[in-house]
This record gives sequence, structure tokens and C-alpha cells, in this order.
Amino acid sequence: MSNRSPAAHPPPGATGGRAPLWTWAVAVAVLVPSAVPFLSLVLRVGGEGAEAIDVLWSGRTAQLIANTLALVAAVTLSGAVIGIGTAWLTTRTDLRHRRAWSVVAALPLVIPSYVIALALRSAFGPRGLLADLTGIGFATVSGFPGAWLALTIATYPFVYLVASASMRRMGRSQEEAARGLGAGRWRVFRTVILPHLRPSLGAGILLAALYTLSDFGAVSLMRYDAFTRVVYAQYAGRLDRTTASVLAVVLVGLAVVLLILEQRSRGRASYHSSTPESPPPPVPLTRWGRFGAHLGLGSLAIVSLALPIGVLIAWLVQGGGAPVPWGAVAGSVVAASLAALAAGLAAIPVSVLVVRHRSRATAWVERMSYALFALPHITVALGVVFFASRWLGGLYQSLTLLVLVYASIFFAQALAAGRAALLQVDPHLEEASRGLGRGSLDTMARVTVPLVWRGLAAGALLVFLTTMKELPATLLLRPTGFDTLAVGIWSAADNLLYARAAAPALLLVAVSAVPAYLLATRSHER
Amino acid sequence: MMLRRFPLALMPLLLVIGACSATDADTLTIYSGRNKDIVAPLFDQFTAETGIRLEVRYADSVDLAATLREEGANSPADVFFSVDPASLGAVAEAGLLQPLPTDILGLVPARFSDRDGYWVGTSGRGRSVVYDSSRVEPADLPTDLNGFLDPDWQGRLAIAPTNGSFVASIAAMILLDGEDATRTWLNGIAANRPATYPKNSVIVAAVNDGESEVGLVNHYYLLQLQAQQGDTAAAGHFLSSGAGSLVMPAGAGILASSNHAESAARFIEFLLSESAQRFFVEQTFEYPLVEGIDPHPALPPLADLAPPSLDLSDLASVLDLATDLIAEAGLL
Repeated sequence: MSNRSPAAHPPPGATGGRAPLWTWAVAVAVLVPSAVPFLSLVLRVGGEGAEAIDVLWSGRTAQLIANTLALVAAVTLSGAVIGIGTAWLTTRTDLRHRRAWSVVAALPLVIPSYVIALALRSAFGPRGLLADLTGIGFATVSGFPGAWLALTIATYPFVYLVASASMRRMGRSQEEAARGLGAGRWRVFRTVILPHLRPSLGAGILLAALYTLSDFGAVSLMRYDAFTRVVYAQYAGRLDRTTASVLAVVLVGLAVVLLILEQRSRGRASYHSSTPESPPPPVPLTRWGRFGAHLGLGSLAIVSLALPIGVLIAWLVQGGGAPVPWGAVAGSVVAASLAALAAGLAAIPVSVLVVRHRSRATAWVERMSYALFALPHITVALGVVFFASRWLGGLYQSLTLLVLVYASIFFAQALAAGRAALLQVDPHLEEASRGLGRGSLDTMARVTVPLVWRGLAAGALLVFLTTMKELPATLLLRPTGFDTLAVGIWSAADNLLYARAAAPALLLVAVSAVPAYLLATRSHER
Repeated sequence: MMLRRFPLALMPLLLVIGACSATDADTLTIYSGRNKDIVAPLFDQFTAETGIRLEVRYADSVDLAATLREEGANSPADVFFSVDPASLGAVAEAGLLQPLPTDILGLVPARFSDRDGYWVGTSGRGRSVVYDSSRVEPADLPTDLNGFLDPDWQGRLAIAPTNGSFVASIAAMILLDGEDATRTWLNGIAANRPATYPKNSVIVAAVNDGESEVGLVNHYYLLQLQAQQGDTAAAGHFLSSGAGSLVMPAGAGILASSNHAESAARFIEFLLSESAQRFFVEQTFEYPLVEGIDPHPALPPLADLAPPSLDLSDLASVLDLATDLIAEAGLL
């Protein structure tokens, strides 16, 4: 993120000079809906004093920290192993159909974690779907093993994508040198390939860890007592919401630790090949190696894709008459579209601010937006509920507030896309426009936007996607009578009404697949 | 040109649209602790009969009570329709309910309504046990809640610790047996590692699916499942004494901050009308509270349930303590 270039060279794309005030206003306006309530949550806990300390030091809190960290560690480990292994198989060996496997490996990103969880729960169990089909009574998948399995499937694609991109970029010289000195294949992997991967891989793994920490849907459906589930249970199940607030703040503390680690891993120097090199020759697999690879990748595809989709279709067929909740579809699409629109529009002036008028202050804007994106949504939502019900009368429980919170939480995605697009535009074009007497807003609209709108649209599309799948914030903040697909799926699954969850879940996966496919093909075009 | 200004104009427009809530004169906002599947048809019937539209927020009764207390005078709700008297009482204690008209209160026996007239009971429900008949013998089931502390029940029990009815039964236990005995019971149950579910209906489905062997629920969920599915592996059992045999009403009250008190009163009157009471008997298998309507033949008479004698209005005073004890035991 931060470009630690020496002072002699200005940062790329910067024009220097003072940023127009109104771009700062937009930046603040976009970050406020989630930052301010979050602060009020922390202040509220601070105000509770002794009671808060009681909760902090209780055995139950220690238990929760242990539970949550255990899950994060386990998921990160398995996700890393699967992600790196799959990446290596699809980029560095001579496995047949590598291209197809690489697409399949990334596909689970399209399925929300709570849909994976509901599929696992309903398929297994002494009287689950598989038991009905085969007559064999399976054990129920729930608790820690269930949460671990569901989240591993949901997060390994993050590691996979980062690892495979990194492995693709590697040149051959270092490996050949090591081989030339007599290192065996495993040694080369351990001492040359892995260290090369470490910077970007570190980021990918920490992303998976953050995702696991913040996940609410899968953890609650698997009935595993991690922080997110208990924060919600405390919020919904007690008159006094102090404990919920305190636990939320502890959760934020854990997330901040992970965030700091992630920033550090990104900032570290990376290994470049300064001249483009040809990639190393693919590693030939033995017959058994090939068999093992196909078996492993095949099982992964079955468990992470075929099983969830198959279970949903089976429930759809079995359920027969369960109607499609068009109200929920409309709700999801409207909310997600508005959020994407708001985030995309706000990203224009803020990317100009961050790229063209780069300074320490703008670096903080970027950091804030990323932090708000990475922090567990249930904690932001809790803060918004407390803040809005007390201070925001008319906006409380309104669609406007929900959309503003979405746009605020997911703004980092739009900003990253806007930034990337803007860096490709020559700043002299804008300078010329300003030189001819046009104001900053005019220049932005007539010069900048036509050049960056494609990149921005991709960012907005991403915001649309993530908003469609979002669960905890929607659960806490939605207006009375307003339904979304995500909430409908989760409620149905929570109540063991799987047939009712099937149609909305398939719809959500289908809707997510289209933008995901578009985004994936765009990145291949580059 | 216009197009340039459009994005800027959009934002305040959104704010205006959002801030204008649908304060139509013919719309009532209901906070319902009752399950959507159970009461939605009844609500539709009300709208069809009176033309008053209902905006309903469905959530757990304790959640709604806490939300109402946070919202205070700003609450958009007009009616609080709860599954248990404790959460109703908690909202009344915070001064958020207005006294109901005496003719409404007169429709129901006094012991099923608030002592001071802030809420009225709408249908009666008994706490009961659901068990998997393929794995549990009825003779093995205990006669009161203390029986479940036996280590034999480890890993076999299901509860819904956030559900209003469960919390109310714990509040009843505090009133009947005292705080220490309740704490001991909760810790003992927690030691038996029960499976926790969000709602009673889910427990019944889980027991029927074989996920758990025994669950603490309200009496009518099993009957609803059986009405849908015919024969079930799950079967029902009533405990014979203590908080486990508590009979408590679902109830409703009108918010003091409501601008639609008249329509709200009509709504509550509707809940006590013959057609609604028959709905509770025939569709949800609960006990009617209004005189002259018979309960479902499949149910034992209300008098046979031998509920413990306590004033339901007192449950609210220990609701906070009840949720605290549940959380202390690690069940929440």
C-alpha cells in the first residue's frame, strides 16, 4: 500500500498541491457512518467502568478468546496448506487440465460461508439428506469440526489466488541455481519457493485469518461459540447489552492485532525479478503423483463445490412448493445497487485525493477505509444500532442508514479499484484541463471519469457482490419488514428449514457468479 | 450540465426518502416475539378485516424488550406482541407501555394479565419436554427439571437459552426456588453440555431429525409438526411440578409513545376475538384464554397441567437476573 520511495522521487501519479476541500469532505462523509458509531461503542464500554472490567476478566471471555483463536489458527493452517498445494499443482507441474483446475479451485469464493455451513449441516446427521439417500447414518457435522470445515472451504481460495499469482510471477533463475547446487525438489520448495512467496502469502493468509475472525454466518449455523456468535447471542438474549458491547470491543482488539500484522507483512520488501524471466519448466509428476493430484483436487472440488450445490438442489427438489422470496430478492438487489452506486461515486473524488494529492493525511484515509472494511461487521453494526437509536431518530432502522453503512464498510474495495484505475491515467491530462480554467469538479467529471469508469465499475461491481452476501450488519440494521436473501437464507437454516433456504441460496450463488466471472475474465485480459 | 449535478443531488434525496418513514394513518408497527410462521396468517386476517396495514418486526422477545428499552420514546413500535410475560413486564417497568382499556382487560381471567393492566394475555402455553421416541423411553423421563441434572443426560439435552419462554421459566425458577437453587440448576445443566438452539420449533425439528434426544420447549410446537408431517419420531411429555410445568400466556401491550393507540387497541381486541382465539386453538394448538372457547381435544385440560402458583407479573422483576444467571452458566 504505502510506497516507501525515497524523497527525491514523487509518488507515482501524484501532482502535489493542495487537494480541493470538497474531496476531503466526501472522504470524511464516506467513512463517518461506520467510524463514528464504532467509536461510540468503544466509548460506551469505557463508560461502563467496573462492569466492563468484570466481563473482560471473566473465565467466559478467556474461553471465548481461546475458542476463537483456535478456530482462526486451524482454518488458517488448513487453508494455507490447501491453497499453496493447489496453487503449486496448477501453476508449476505438468498436470493435465491445469487451466480448468485453476478455475475450479477459485470458484468456492462465489458461495457464502453460511451457505457452505448449511449444506454441511443438512447433508450429514443421522437423519440428514445423505442418510436419506444412502441409508447410512452419518454423524452430525457441527461445532468446531463443522466450523473449521466450512471456513476452510470458504477461505482457502484467498490463499490460492495469492499463491498462484505469486508463483506465476517467479522467474527460473533462482530455482535453477539451487538445482544446479544439488538441492532436491522438496528442498528447493522449502528454501527457494516458499520464502519467495512469503510476503504476498503472508497477506493472503492474514486475510483468511481476518475473514475467519469476522465470520458470523458459518460459526452461528455450526453453533460454535466463537466471538461473533456470542456477541449476537448476548445482544439478542439479554436486557442488558453491556456484555455484548464489551465482547465486541475485545473482538475488535483481536482484529486490530491481525490487521497490524497484515500491514507489516505487506510493507516488507518483496523479491523482484528485475528483468522479465521465462518461467521455470513445469515439474513432471510421476504416475502416482498424477493420480494423487487428481484425487486431491477432485475431492476438494466435490467437497467445496459439488456438495453445497448438490445439497441445495436436492432440498429445492424435495421442498417442491417453497416459493421464491421475491421480496427478499428485491431487497437484496436494491440495497446492493444503492451501496455500489454510493461507494462508486464517492470513490471518484477520494481516489483523486489519495493518488493526486498524496500525503500522510491521505495515507490515513486509506488506512481507515481498509480498517473499517476488515473489522468484523457485527461490531460496526452494534455501534450503529446504539448510536442511531439514541441520536439519529429519523434515520434509525431506515434503508438510507443501511445503505450508508454498507457503502462505508465496503468503500475500501471501490477505492482500491479507483486508485488502480487512476494510476494508469496521465496526470497531465487533468493538469491541462485545470490550466484551461475548469474547476476541480468539472475536470473530474469531464476528464477523469471517462478514463477511469471501467476500473471504477469493477470496484462498484465488487461492492455489489459483497453487499449481496453480507449478513451480520443486515441482521442488526435492516428496517422493519425489509428482507434480503442473505438474512432469509440464514434464518431458514438457523431454524433447520433447509427446504426454504434452498431457492434463495441458489439464487444468491447464481447472482454472485455472474459478476465474479466478469471480474475473473477482466483480470485474465490484463 | 444536469448530469454532472445528478450524483450530488442524489445523496440528500436518499436521506429525505429514508427519513420519511411510512407513517401512514392506516399502518401499525408491531414488534412480534412470536414466530413469523405461526402468526403471519393471523396478521393477514386482521389486515383483511380492518384494512389496517401491519409492519411487523420479528425477533426474540428478550431482544425486542431490550431494543424497546434502548429506543425509549423514539421507538417506532405501536404494539409489543410477546411470547412471555417477563419481557412484557420488563418493558412495562421501564414505563414504556400505556394502560389498556378495561373492556379489553376484562375479556381474559385476571391471572393471565398484568396486575396493573399494562399487558393482556392472548393465548396459554405450557412448558413441556419433547423427546425422541426411538431412543428414549417415556419412563426414563424425569418428573421435574432437576431430573435433567443427572449425568445420564450428558450430551442428550437441547435448550433454547435466548428464547423468551425459556428465560421466563428460569425467572419462574428464581421466584419459586430462589436465586442460589437456580444458579445450581443452570450450572448443572451446563455441565451436561446441552445443544443450544435459537428457538423452540428448531429444537422439536432437531429432536425429530435425531440431532438431540430430549428438549425443553413449549407444548404446542410438537403438535404443529405433527399436523404438518403426520407421525413423528418426536413425542411430548409434561413435567409434573416446579418451573418446568409453568403455564404462561403470550401477551400484548400498547407502547406509550404510539401515535396509533386506537388502531393498536383494535389489534389487541382482534387477538382476543373468537376467530383469533379459534386460530390459536386450531392452527397453533395453544390454550384459549377467553371464556367459552374449548381447547383442542388433543390437549390435556389446562387445569391438569398443575402449574406452579405464582403471580406472572412478578416475573419481570427477575428477568435481568435470569439472563445474567444463564450467561454466567456459560449457556449464552
